[in-house]
Amino acid sequence: MYDNTKYLPAGDSSVFMEFGNSISPKINARIRNVVKGIETSDIKGVTELLPTYRSIQIMYNPMEIEYDELVGILKELETSIPEGDAGDYRIVEIPTLYGGEYGPDIEFVAEHNKISVEEVIKIHTSTDYLLYMLGFTPGFGYLGGMSEKIATPRLKTPRTKIPAGTAGIAGTQTGIYPIDSPGGWQLIGKTPIKLYDPLGEAPILLRAGDYVRFVNITEEEFFEIQKLAEQRKYNVNIIINGEVRSHE
Amino acid sequence: MNRIRIIKPGLLTTVQDRGRLGYQQFGVTVAGAMDNYSFRVANLLVENDENEAVLETTFMGPEIEFDCDEVIAITGADMKPKLNGEPVELWTSIPVAKGDKLSFSSVTNGLRCYIAFSRGINVPEIMGSKSTYLRGKLGGFEGRKLEKGDELPLGEKNLASTGSYAPKKYIPIYEKEYTLRVVLGPQDDYFTDEGIETFLNSTYKITSEADRMGYRLDGPVIAHKDGADIISDGIVYGSVQVPGGGLPIILMSDRGTTGGYTKIATVLTPDLSILAQMGPGSSVNFKEVSVHESHEIYKENENKISELKNFMKNNRFEFNKNMMFSLNMFGNNFNVTVREIE
Repeated sequence: MYDNTKYLPAGDSSVFMEFGNSISPKINARIRNVVKGIETSDIKGVTELLPTYRSIQIMYNPMEIEYDELVGILKELETSIPEGDAGDYRIVEIPTLYGGEYGPDIEFVAEHNKISVEEVIKIHTSTDYLLYMLGFTPGFGYLGGMSEKIATPRLKTPRTKIPAGTAGIAGTQTGIYPIDSPGGWQLIGKTPIKLYDPLGEAPILLRAGDYVRFVNITEEEFFEIQKLAEQRKYNVNIIINGEVRSHE
Repeated sequence: MNRIRIIKPGLLTTVQDRGRLGYQQFGVTVAGAMDNYSFRVANLLVENDENEAVLETTFMGPEIEFDCDEVIAITGADMKPKLNGEPVELWTSIPVAKGDKLSFSSVTNGLRCYIAFSRGINVPEIMGSKSTYLRGKLGGFEGRKLEKGDELPLGEKNLASTGSYAPKKYIPIYEKEYTLRVVLGPQDDYFTDEGIETFLNSTYKITSEADRMGYRLDGPVIAHKDGADIISDGIVYGSVQVPGGGLPIILMSDRGTTGGYTKIATVLTPDLSILAQMGPGSSVNFKEVSVHESHEIYKENENKISELKNFMKNNRFEFNKNMMFSLNMFGNNFNVTVREIE
């Protein structure tokens, strides 16, 4: 984390607050605190916030506020926000069916790491992953904190279509494809729930600052949950401020 | 139900409004009209809210049959629009009768043309917007470009009863070369001094890889200090991204929300409306301005639109007869065509 936050202009209607040049839970917690601070202080002219790994992009209307005035307000605000944890957080449980046609690369992940498929599942489900930011496609979360024991390089040739809901591994990252997309991740399982539902009440299930917990389910459970999810009747299990499990 | 029928779809005709704002933190692309100025003026000409959805058509316009009376306005690129085979003016309100056919040819100036409908376009709002995001198959008419035979529902709003027009000084002329004003940053410190010099003193050609997502440019290579990769962060409309190869890409309406390449500069909002009208083969230069100057330019542009709104309020004509008026206003002569409707 930088000693002094950098303020970087992006054209006539955005400014970046950059907090550091690394991916770390500490920087991320700071970002969430500052986002909360900006949201509650209701600064005139601020139209939208986009928090990422190490910065916050603040979009504003230059008809309502000048750059210097906005930066002044943000600097002032920063000093009033205490360091430390980010307050309330959610642990979101993602029911996942591992292996088979749903996760065709799980055996490769096991072989690559010289462990069994069962161990891959056990390791993948025993850590809660911090969602640093969303991007790439609607609802795609960049998750951190996966164990090196199941790290696996990307495919040499990406697949042209990966079905929505598929969970994968790329290096030490893990994630879930919210919509059908091309991609080169090693596919290990699939969730029947929708992370992206454009016509639903909450179009995007996950948000920055959440912890994602994968829960191993059977094929039978998969179809039950899928049926409910399609009717928008499945209640995703969300734990507020629960104990976060780390692989270390 | 009021609607229009698509007889020919044109090359790329989509429903667009100002875009899907407020969902970028969830990874949702903004989309929206590429040329914000023409889009807003089209709506003003038919007495709509300036953010009502319109049709954006690229390079070659559609052929449309009206299933109801309407008042429309066509702005932006000149695709030689015709109503029932007779040429009609751009940048003016046009009354249309049920059964009328609106057709276009290939573009002669600019790239994207906007068609606003006084009744509005009746497609569902998804996450607060009617804009089509093609790659995400989201919004607009079934998440896609219009096709032959589509019936696009229009709204139930009352028709504008009188019309107006935009005088010449409010009508942009699109050139093949343009100097885009930029604010340097957010990652200008990732480039060598020579790299910045190259960027600001070279002419870049728009390549054939130029679409609603972004414009890839070709020209002198811009030197980084050490590497083009950053930890992924936010991208805005007009971000000038420079990947490892050193050739810039200007990110447009359908950009992803985040990206992992250095951004040397950001194009000013008013200049993006001009850039949106330029296509492959045209060239651009970049000129640095301060953030403070960028705000002055932004305000000038907004004041110009307010001025135009006032002009339209005070200069209205009736849609009652096929007549040609010659008007003298502010020392300029204007020809206004007026046509009778039922």
